[in-house]
Amino acid sequence: MTLPLPIPKITLSGITKTFPGVRALHEVGLELYPGEVTALIGENGAGKSTLVKTMTGIYQPDAGEIRIDSLPVELPSPHAAFRLGITAIHQETVLFDELSVAENIFLGHAPKTRFKTVDWRGMRERAGKLLGEIGAGHIAPDERLKDLSIANKHLVAVARALSVDADIVIMDEPTAALSFKEIQDLFELIEILKKNGKAILFISHKFDEIYRIADRYTVFRDGAMVGKGLIKDTNQNEVVRLMVGRSVDHVFPKKSVEIGEEILTVAGYCHPTEFADINFTLHKGEILGFYGLVGAGRSELMQALFGITKPSKGAVKIAGEIAVIRSPAEAVEKGIVYVPEERGKQGVIVDLPIFQNISLPSLDRTSQNGFLKLVEEFALAREYAARLDLRAASLDQNAGTLSGGNQQKVVIAKWLATQPRVIILDEPTKGIDIGSKAAVHAFMGELAANGLAVIMISSELPEIMGMSDRIVVMREGRIAAVLENNEELKAEALVRAAAGIGEEAA
Amino acid sequence: MTDTTHEARHIPDRIDTPLRAAIFSWPVLLLVVAIALFVLNSFASPYFLSPWSLSDATFNFTEKAIIALAMALLIISGEIDLSVASIIALASTMMGLALQLGVGTPGLVAIGIVTGLFCGVFNGFLVTRLGLPSIVVTIGTMSFFRGISFIVLGDQAFKGYPASFDFFGQGYVWWVVSFEFVLFLVCAVIYYVLLHRTNFGRHVFVIGNNPMAARFSGVRVERVKFFLFCLTGLMSGIAAVLLTSRLASTRPSIALGWELEVVTMVVLGGVSILGGSGSIQGVVLAAFIMGLVTFGLGLLNVPGIVMSIFIGTLLIFVIALPIVFRMLRERRS
Amino acid sequence: MKTLVRSREFWLAVIIAVMIVATNFRSPGFASPGNLASIFNDTAILLILALGQMTVILTRSIDLSMASNLALTGMIVALINAAYPAIPVPALMVLAAFCGVVLGAFNGALVWLLGIPAIVVTLGTLTIYRGLIFLIAGGQWVNADAMSSSFVQLTRTDLLGLPLLSWYAIVVAAGFFLLMTRTSVGRSIYAIGVNPTASIYAGIDVGRTKFVAFCLSGMLSGFCGYLWVSRYVIGSVEVAKGYELTIVAACVIGGISIAGGVGTVVGAVLGALFLGVINSALPVINISPFWQMAISGAAIILAVVLNARGEKRGGRVILRQAESAS
Repeated sequence: MTLPLPIPKITLSGITKTFPGVRALHEVGLELYPGEVTALIGENGAGKSTLVKTMTGIYQPDAGEIRIDSLPVELPSPHAAFRLGITAIHQETVLFDELSVAENIFLGHAPKTRFKTVDWRGMRERAGKLLGEIGAGHIAPDERLKDLSIANKHLVAVARALSVDADIVIMDEPTAALSFKEIQDLFELIEILKKNGKAILFISHKFDEIYRIADRYTVFRDGAMVGKGLIKDTNQNEVVRLMVGRSVDHVFPKKSVEIGEEILTVAGYCHPTEFADINFTLHKGEILGFYGLVGAGRSELMQALFGITKPSKGAVKIAGEIAVIRSPAEAVEKGIVYVPEERGKQGVIVDLPIFQNISLPSLDRTSQNGFLKLVEEFALAREYAARLDLRAASLDQNAGTLSGGNQQKVVIAKWLATQPRVIILDEPTKGIDIGSKAAVHAFMGELAANGLAVIMISSELPEIMGMSDRIVVMREGRIAAVLENNEELKAEALVRAAAGIGEEAA
Repeated sequence: MTDTTHEARHIPDRIDTPLRAAIFSWPVLLLVVAIALFVLNSFASPYFLSPWSLSDATFNFTEKAIIALAMALLIISGEIDLSVASIIALASTMMGLALQLGVGTPGLVAIGIVTGLFCGVFNGFLVTRLGLPSIVVTIGTMSFFRGISFIVLGDQAFKGYPASFDFFGQGYVWWVVSFEFVLFLVCAVIYYVLLHRTNFGRHVFVIGNNPMAARFSGVRVERVKFFLFCLTGLMSGIAAVLLTSRLASTRPSIALGWELEVVTMVVLGGVSILGGSGSIQGVVLAAFIMGLVTFGLGLLNVPGIVMSIFIGTLLIFVIALPIVFRMLRERRS
Repeated sequence: MKTLVRSREFWLAVIIAVMIVATNFRSPGFASPGNLASIFNDTAILLILALGQMTVILTRSIDLSMASNLALTGMIVALINAAYPAIPVPALMVLAAFCGVVLGAFNGALVWLLGIPAIVVTLGTLTIYRGLIFLIAGGQWVNADAMSSSFVQLTRTDLLGLPLLSWYAIVVAAGFFLLMTRTSVGRSIYAIGVNPTASIYAGIDVGRTKFVAFCLSGMLSGFCGYLWVSRYVIGSVEVAKGYELTIVAACVIGGISIAGGVGTVVGAVLGALFLGVINSALPVINISPFWQMAISGAAIILAVVLNARGEKRGGRVILRQAESAS
């Protein structure tokens, strides 16, 4: 444990940022110390992204001061922030797929020849050296970025940060799309960065990661800083209490429901590259959890069942009848619906009103001979908005103006309105606040109690173990285990199956 | 639902009343412009208000406007068809060929429309089946369709269309009301209903807003888009019949450059070039505005090429204006 | 070597070579250096314009006003030359480029400052610029009699066996090659086309880079305005009408993705040459020149089909054996 140094590398104080109608940040402060990792913790909408954007020069604060090495600085543009040694590694890796690794590392500050043109050879050499330093020597500087895995892209982003000798590194949910092994590698890398004296801001929703890697924490709630301190002096409950402003004991509202007859049977289901030999059954009233590492093929399997991608062979039976599903439209007709993980891209249509989002797949029922009937549409939307306890100013409001949790409720409402037989939820609570999370969990329990068959993909162990009747574990596109969820099931068993570690190795 | 005792939160259907929303809408702004132009024109030229000259004025824009109706739907869905003018050329050429073979008026009309439809099917196939970007595909078919006309005709022209064929582009239904104009109004009503009052129209908007989410919501995106390309081809075929009849001849250079005028009309009508929003009312009003400007300046002996400056400026102006206002408002607050 | 064979540019060059050789069988002498040079000279203007269009397309925009810009600038320099023959022609060439930059900057400013889609802006300026020609010239033509001899000769004079016009194209192509591959402006243009969001984080001003791209395409359009008027000895409202889409066609054939970020200077040059070779080959093999339009249309469709096939990526590779098999 490094001793806390008295002088922070960067200090933000009194930062206020207002958007029309929203106060995103209110007089918040933050200090980052060299050689230390500070975790920034808060629910979605607490102001973390706004703070990151302020620190990287994308937003200009309305008030407040930023000091680097005790000197006040201005960050009028992302480039200015970059020049001052602030660099960010973002949720979605923001790099350039079509450009080479070396170009990605040096874009904006490429080494120049004496004729002021780009020095390609020098650039490749330096890129190779930087990658070597962070243990990423396996990445060739000439490779196109699009050919790399997400973890390797992160490494390129880190190399980019080192290329300007950035002293302040912001990591905004860097582990969100990484596998278990890749996360371990990333943590090793963070240790290297710490040793090099970098001041690191680490943003994550996952407490185990925070406790593993961070030295300090700062908690935001509703755009204000509500607590900070040393990680070793606190515990998870304390941080959660700060985050939500009340202490919550997260009880999963799983009810014991009588499992009904078989509704969905998948046999010998294969895809050329994404999954193979998938066999499972799903019953009425059952919640079937799908656990695995990110990239294990769970979403891909579900998207094939929903008709987005084409399987190469295998059979799907719905209530005993062979079902051929070639498009999402056919899946909906047969009673299978899918709540996607990528809510903003695939779930809600942000520029359409809530009621039109909800009625979209049910238009055939709310219309007459293909002609719209707004009255019926509103009635349908009202009914399901109420069932899901949607929070909105009006049903005519664009779905994009809602919070993430309420957008998720709109997507679920949209599908329930079609009266499905099977509902597939892909990471249903990812990136939504704790309040909405509980609402979604409660509702899932209710759906199962009403006889709906539920498939839930989740990478969070408490969620998968708290909600599922049975758990299918996938690894590398195949089913690694199917486990009954009872008292004897241990989390370790799931993790081992997902990671492919045998009993004897444990 | 046993233990959920919470009272369902009441969410009102709307906050903005439809009337209030309608008053501040794009079509209303266009209507004001159109009325202003009308008044201005009637002051500028004594001939303007005569029924016959007003009727003449409609010929300037009805054929383009007929295509613009379908183009509006296509652009709202996030696609574009730049080959419409070339479809006119090809359809007209096919009618001319049929004429040489002695086909009568009903046959000529059918051939024109079917050729248009076929071209639309071709575009639709390339875009939706092969998944190609429509702007590039239709730049290609634009050259290709008109190129076929050039191969067939070279520097020649088809002439000698039968007298009964004149009706479509030159005939009057009642007094000064031309067949073309009536057809346009009927089509406008049909397209209004199709876009704003049917499930299909809703799907068009949804696809334009977010094609991926539309597909994930069970909308048959490719099918809708394919149908829209067919419709645009069909309307271009109808326009070809009208134009060929009006000119009583076919040259390969027929309707040259119309594609950009049609797109201008659609965008002026408030359809977002990025897809997802727009209305038929707006497009119809934009058609009238372009017709009024062209005709009014024509009465003042302003040459056509100068009118194009006006149209171009109008296009940029009407799109820039709301943006500038919004920027000023944001700066103030 | 492997990457060369896999590149689109390589195959386009092969196709062009095959077309030249095949035509040479029908009509010996087609592939003679003299004839190839004249084909290149005929394509020079299109080639320069395609480079300008490429710059804009790379930034996820499009410039439909290039041909109108060309015609307007051409008219301006032609009128000045007719009125003041004493003004040296190189000065007029600089003026033409400058006028082009101004017209391009107008497009760019609307795109940058107001955020209006480029296709809408240039659709508007396409008609405005062409209309302005009529206003400044009062509907008159400027023809050969009115032009000074040096005005006409500065595209025709031979230098090392090639007319100056060809040299202009070569210099511009070489300059753009350096610009796009060796300068930060060039890299910024690619970067904002590939990933606008990431570009902001890398400190690139997306709007300003688009503005620069429009200025560049405007500059080349303006310069071509002089070249066109000088070469075809005519300045009128009708100059290069409808040519804007031919320019886009050259880019598409050259493998420049309309979605931005993908495409090379070599590709744009080859795309223009492809159209140029077809134009010259048709009369030679006794196909009516009226076939030219349909053939270039078919070539565009084919090119875009092939481009799309090249870019299509399969699903994720998750399965072990699929990974080793691929």
